[in-house]
Amino acid sequence: MIEISSLTVRFGGVVPIDDMTVTMDVGVNGLIGPNGAGKTTFFNVLSGFVRPVHGTVTAFGDDLLTMPAFRRVRWGLRRTFQTEQAVAEMTVFENVLLVLEQSGATNSTRRNDVIDAVEFVGLGSLISNPVGSLGAAERRLVEVARAVVGSPRLVLLDEPAAGLPDDETAALGEVIRQIPERTGALTILVDHDMELVGATCSHAAVLDFGHVIAHGPTSEVLNSPNVMAAYLGTADVEVEA
Amino acid sequence: MSVDTRLPSILTAATPRRIVTFVVVVLIALLVLPAVLSTYWMKIMFEMAAYSLVTLGLGLLVGRTGMYSLCQIPMVAAGAWFALRVHYLFDGVPFPLILVMTAILTGLLGVVIGLPALRLSGLYLALVTLMAAGAITLLLTVVKFPNSNKGFWGFDKRVPSGQNVLPRPSLAESDIAFYRYTVVIVAIGFLIAAWHIKGKPGRAWGAIRQSEVTATAAGVNNTLYKLWAFALSAAVTGVAGAILVAGAGVTTQQFPVEQSILLLAVVLLGGVYNLWGALVAAFFMRVLPQILDKKLGLPPEVLTMLFGLGVMQVLLMQPKGVVEDLRNLGIFIGTKLGLVGRNERKALAAAEGGAA
Repeated sequence: MIEISSLTVRFGGVVPIDDMTVTMDVGVNGLIGPNGAGKTTFFNVLSGFVRPVHGTVTAFGDDLLTMPAFRRVRWGLRRTFQTEQAVAEMTVFENVLLVLEQSGATNSTRRNDVIDAVEFVGLGSLISNPVGSLGAAERRLVEVARAVVGSPRLVLLDEPAAGLPDDETAALGEVIRQIPERTGALTILVDHDMELVGATCSHAAVLDFGHVIAHGPTSEVLNSPNVMAAYLGTADVEVEA
Repeated sequence: MSVDTRLPSILTAATPRRIVTFVVVVLIALLVLPAVLSTYWMKIMFEMAAYSLVTLGLGLLVGRTGMYSLCQIPMVAAGAWFALRVHYLFDGVPFPLILVMTAILTGLLGVVIGLPALRLSGLYLALVTLMAAGAITLLLTVVKFPNSNKGFWGFDKRVPSGQNVLPRPSLAESDIAFYRYTVVIVAIGFLIAAWHIKGKPGRAWGAIRQSEVTATAAGVNNTLYKLWAFALSAAVTGVAGAILVAGAGVTTQQFPVEQSILLLAVVLLGGVYNLWGALVAAFFMRVLPQILDKKLGLPPEVLTMLFGLGVMQVLLMQPKGVVEDLRNLGIFIGTKLGLVGRNERKALAAAEGGAA
C-alpha cells in the first residue's frame, strides 16, 4: 500500500501538485488527468527527481522521500518514461540485467530472473537482439520487462501505450494487468487511453491542476461527472477534501 | 539465431574471431614488427604502444560515458612523475609494483579531476578539465618535474628539472625487450578495459551516456560510476606515463596542455565505440606525424589540418571512427577470401563494433 499525504510541489510560482492526498492498494491503479495535471510530476516525486515542498509518501511502511533516487530501485521502485529509455546499443538481456544488477540481486539468480522478465513480456525470442533493432511496441515491452525484473514493489508506468496501434495496446494492457499477480507489486499506470485504463486498472485516481478530484473503482471514476467535466471543461470542478 | 543467455561479460564477448584477432595483433607487435622495422621506427612503435593506453583512457571516457576531458596529456606527465616518486621513495621496488602504484595514484588524481563531472557535462566539463590540466602542469613545474631527488616530493631547487629516466625491469633492459614488455602491459590494459565495458560498469556507463535520469531510474549510482570512469581512464593513462619515463625518459616540456586537444581529435577520429579505435588513434598520434615528416617531408601544420578534416569526416559520415571503416574493409576482404560467410557478414554488419 502507498499513502500520499498532503503532497505539494512548487516550481517557482507554479504548483503542479497541490496538497495531494491519496491511498492506493496492491493491484493496477490508474492515474489519469488532462495534460499538465501533475501526473508525471507525481511520478518524478516518487522516483526522487523532484523534491516536494510539503507532504509524505509512505510505501509499504517505508518513507520513500528520505531515500536517494538510485537507492529506491534497490528498495523496489521501478519506472518507465514517456519516451523509451532502454539503451539502444545493448541487447534486451543487457538492458533488463542493468536494472536487476543495480537492484542488488545476487549473481546466482540474475540470469533466470532476466529470462523470466523477458519471457513474461513475450520477448523471449528477441532476448539477444540489440534494442535499437526492435520495433516501437517491442521497445515498450523492454521497458516493462525492466520494470518487472527481480522483486519490484512499486511499478510506475508513464504512458506506456502512447503512439501504439490498438492491437498492440491491447497486448501491452494484458501484460500490465498481470504485473501485480506475477510480482506482487503495486502498479500505477498513467495513460490517456481510457480503454486501456478501464481494461487494466481495478482502481483509478484523477488529477486535475494538482488536485485529486476523484478516486475509487475505475468504472465509477470514469463515469464521474466531475471527471468528465475536468476532461471536457464544461463545468466547474469540485475539489475533494 | 542461437540464443546466448549467459550473463554478459568479457567471457561471453570473447568470440573465436575476437580472440584470434587479439592474438594476431599482439603477435605481430611482439614478433613481426621488431624483425622488420629499424631501430628508429621501433622507437616510434614503442611510443605508439605507450600512447595507445592514453587514447584508450580517453576513448573509454568519451565513448562509454559521454564525458569529455582535456586533461589527459598532463595526466601522462602525472603518471611519469608518480612512477619516479614511487621509485625514489621505495628504493628497489619491482617495476610491476611501480606500475600498479602509479595506476592507483593517477586513478585517485582522476577522481579529483572527475569531480566537476558530477555537475557539468559537454563543453563546460571539457573546459574545467582543461583548467585542471593547467593546474597539474603548474604543480609539476613547481616541483621541478621530473626532478630526481630522493623522497616522494623530490623537490630540490638546486637541481634542474631536465630529463629523468626510470630504471627498466631487469628482464627487459634492452630497447626491444622493453618494447615487448610494453606491448604485454598494453594488452593487459586493453583486457581490463574490455572487462569493464562488458561487465556491470559498462552497462551502467551505457545508461549514463544515454541519460543520467534514466540511469538513476535504473538504480545506477551516477556519482560512483562517473568517478569510476575517470579513475580508470586516469589509471591507464598514468601507466602510459610510467612506461614512457622508463622507455626513453621524460622532459619538462614533453607534455604541453594543448596537446590534450589534439589527443581528443585523434581519439574521435580513431573511434571511441570500439577498443581497437584506441590503437588507430595512437597510430595517428605518434606514427602518422613521423611518416609525414620523414617520408613525405611535410610540415606538422599539414597534420593538424588533416586531423581537422578527419574529425569533420567522422562527425558527418562515420561517427564510429576510422576503426569502423577498417572493420568494414576487413569484413569485405574476409568475404572475398571466403573467410566470412554471407550470413556471418550480415550479422557482423548488424552487430555493434564491441570490445576487443
